[in-house]
Amino acid sequence: MRPNQTKSLQSNTLAGWLMSGPALLLITLFLIVPFLLAFWFSFTNQRLISPNPTQFVGTSNFEQLLGVGTLVLEPETAEDGSLVVSDKGELSYPRVRDFTRNNPDFQHLNGMREWFGWDWGNTRVLVLARDLVFMKALTNTLFFVAVVAPLQSLIALLLALMINQKLRGINVFRTVYFMPVVVSIVVVSLLWRFIYDGRSGLLNNLLQFLSFGHFRPVDWLGNPDTAMWAIIVMSIWQAVGFHMVIWLAGLQNIPLTLYEAADIEGASSWQKFRFVTWPGLRNTAVLILVVITMQAFALFSQIDVMTNGGPLDSTQTLVFQAVQRGYEQQNIAGGSAISVLLFLMVLAISLVQRYLTRER
Amino acid sequence: MAAVTSPNQRLKISLKYLLLILVALVFVFPIVFMVVSSFKPDLQLLRDTSSFAAFLPVGDISLDNYFAAFRRAPVGLFVFNSIFVTTLTVLGSLFLCSMAAFAFVFLEFRGKEIVLSIIIATLIVPFETIAVPMLMVVNSLPWIGGSGITWGWLNTYHVQIVPFLADALTIFLFVQFFRDLPKELIEAARLDGASWFQIYSMVIVPIAGPVFATAAILKFLAMYNQYLWPLMVTQSEQFRPVMVGLQYFFQLNTAWGEVMAYLSMITLPVLAFYLFLQRAFITSIASTGIKG
Repeated sequence: MRPNQTKSLQSNTLAGWLMSGPALLLITLFLIVPFLLAFWFSFTNQRLISPNPTQFVGTSNFEQLLGVGTLVLEPETAEDGSLVVSDKGELSYPRVRDFTRNNPDFQHLNGMREWFGWDWGNTRVLVLARDLVFMKALTNTLFFVAVVAPLQSLIALLLALMINQKLRGINVFRTVYFMPVVVSIVVVSLLWRFIYDGRSGLLNNLLQFLSFGHFRPVDWLGNPDTAMWAIIVMSIWQAVGFHMVIWLAGLQNIPLTLYEAADIEGASSWQKFRFVTWPGLRNTAVLILVVITMQAFALFSQIDVMTNGGPLDSTQTLVFQAVQRGYEQQNIAGGSAISVLLFLMVLAISLVQRYLTRER
Repeated sequence: MAAVTSPNQRLKISLKYLLLILVALVFVFPIVFMVVSSFKPDLQLLRDTSSFAAFLPVGDISLDNYFAAFRRAPVGLFVFNSIFVTTLTVLGSLFLCSMAAFAFVFLEFRGKEIVLSIIIATLIVPFETIAVPMLMVVNSLPWIGGSGITWGWLNTYHVQIVPFLADALTIFLFVQFFRDLPKELIEAARLDGASWFQIYSMVIVPIAGPVFATAAILKFLAMYNQYLWPLMVTQSEQFRPVMVGLQYFFQLNTAWGEVMAYLSMITLPVLAFYLFLQRAFITSIASTGIKG
C-alpha cells in the first residue's frame, strides 16, 4: 500500500466518525441505552423511587404477566349424589376464590383471577390469569391489530385506486383524503369524543336522522361492546390517508405499457387489476401491512384521551398499560416487562416482512 | 374529430364524482364541525348537533369561546413552546442527520456498515416502549446552563429537543437520497482540495433540497403532534407544548365550545401549512414507502 493511500484512508476514518459522531452519540444515548435498560429492568424489581436497592429477580416479572392456569369445576352434589340445582334451574359450582386464595392444594393458582371459561356438559372449565388487566390489554391489542391492519390496508387501497383515475380535479380529492393525517391524533381523539357522545353526539344524531328516528342512541365509548370498535373506526379515519399515498406511489410505479398491452388483449377492469396491478403491488402490500401493524401495536394516545382503558378494561392496551405501570404507578420493572414483550412481537412481525420481501 | 362522450359515459363519470364527493365529506365533516362549533355558545352547539346546522356557521356566532380558552389556559405560552421546540428540533435534526448520512454514503471508514445497519434496525422500536427508561436516562443527565451544572433534565426545553435531534428515519431518508447522487461530484471537489465538511456543505446540501423538504415535513409533524413524551417531562406549565395543554380542557362538564376553539387554534395553522404545501407533504409520505 502506498503511503498516500494510507493517509487518505485515515483522514476518511477520522472525518467519517466526526461527521456521523453527533448523531450516533444521540441515538446511542436516547434510543439504544433506554432500549437496553428496558430489557435489564424487566428482570429486576426496579421502581422509580425506592428505599431498597434494585434486585435481580430473574423472569418473575414475566411469570407474573403471563401466568395462566386452568381450573376444572364439577357441579356440587347433595349427599345422595344428585346434582344441586338452584331455584332458577342452574347448577351450583364451588367458588373460584376457594381455590385461588391460600389453598395449599392449588398453590399454582394462588392470587389468580377468573379470565374466561366455558361449560363442558356439566363440567365447568375456567381459565385463570395471574394478571387479568395485562391479559385484557394483550388480547385487546391483538384484536385491534388484527382488525385494523387488513381493514385499513384495504380501505387505503380502494382510496388509492379511486384517486388514481384520470379525472379533472382529482388532486383536490387526494388533498382532502389525506387531510386528517396532518391533524394530531390527540386532537382527533378529543374531537371524536364529542362525535361519539351518548346524548348529543353527532354520530347518534346522524344515525337517528338516517333511520327516521328508529335508531336508539348508543354511548359508543361508554359501552364495553362498542368502545374498541369506536376507537378502531376513528383510528382508521385519521391514518388511512397516509397509507393511501404509499399505495398510490406503488400504483404509479407500475409501467403504463403493461396496461396498454392488457388493453390490446381486451382485458376487463378486474382482469387488469388482478393480473397487472396486484402483482406489481406485492412489496408495497407487505410494507403497508407491516407499517400499519407496527403503528397499531403502539396504540396509546386514543386510549389516553378517550377511555383510559375503560369501560371494564375493554380498551386496555399494551402500551397504555406499560405507561400506566412504568410512569403512573412508578413500577418501572413491570412497565418494562410489558415493553419487552411488545418489542418481541414487533420484531417477529418485521422478520416475517423480511422473509416475504426477500430477494429471490 | 373531438371525442364525443355518450350519455352512458357521462353518467359513469357523474357517478364516479358522486362517490369521490361522498368519501370526501366523510373526511371533511369532522374538521368542519370542529371549526364551525368553535364559534357557537355551548347550548346552541349541543342543539345544532341534531341537524345540518352542526356544519354551518349559523345562529349566535362569536369569538367568545376563543377568549374563554385564553382565560382558561396560557394558550400563547403553549403555542410559543410548541413552535420553539419544533423549530429547533427540525433544524438540528436536518443538520445532524444529513451530515451523518453524508458520512455513511460518501466516506469509507471501518465499522460504518455495521453502525448503519444498527441504526436501520432501530426503526422497528416503537418510541412508546422505551419512553419510561428514557425518562430515567434524562433524569440522571447533567446540563450546563446559566446556573452552572444542574442534574436532571425534567421541566426544560432541552429535554424536549435533544433526545429527538437524531433519529433513524431521518438518517435513512438522507442515505437513500445521497446514494443516488453521482460520485463524480465528490471526486471532482476532492481533487480541488475541498475538505469533507466543505463538500458536504457546498456541494451536497445545495442539491439536496427535495430530501431536506421531505425530512423537515415528517419531523415537523412528528414533533408538533408529540404527546406522551412532553406529558411525562413537563410537569410545570412553563414548558408545556400545545398537545399537553389540551388537558386544561378535560373536565367533568366539558365546555365543548372552548375545546373546539382550542383544537381549531392548534390545528388550523398546520392544516393551512399543509394545504399550502400539499404536494410536498404527499411526496414526502410517498418517499417513505419506496424501499431502498
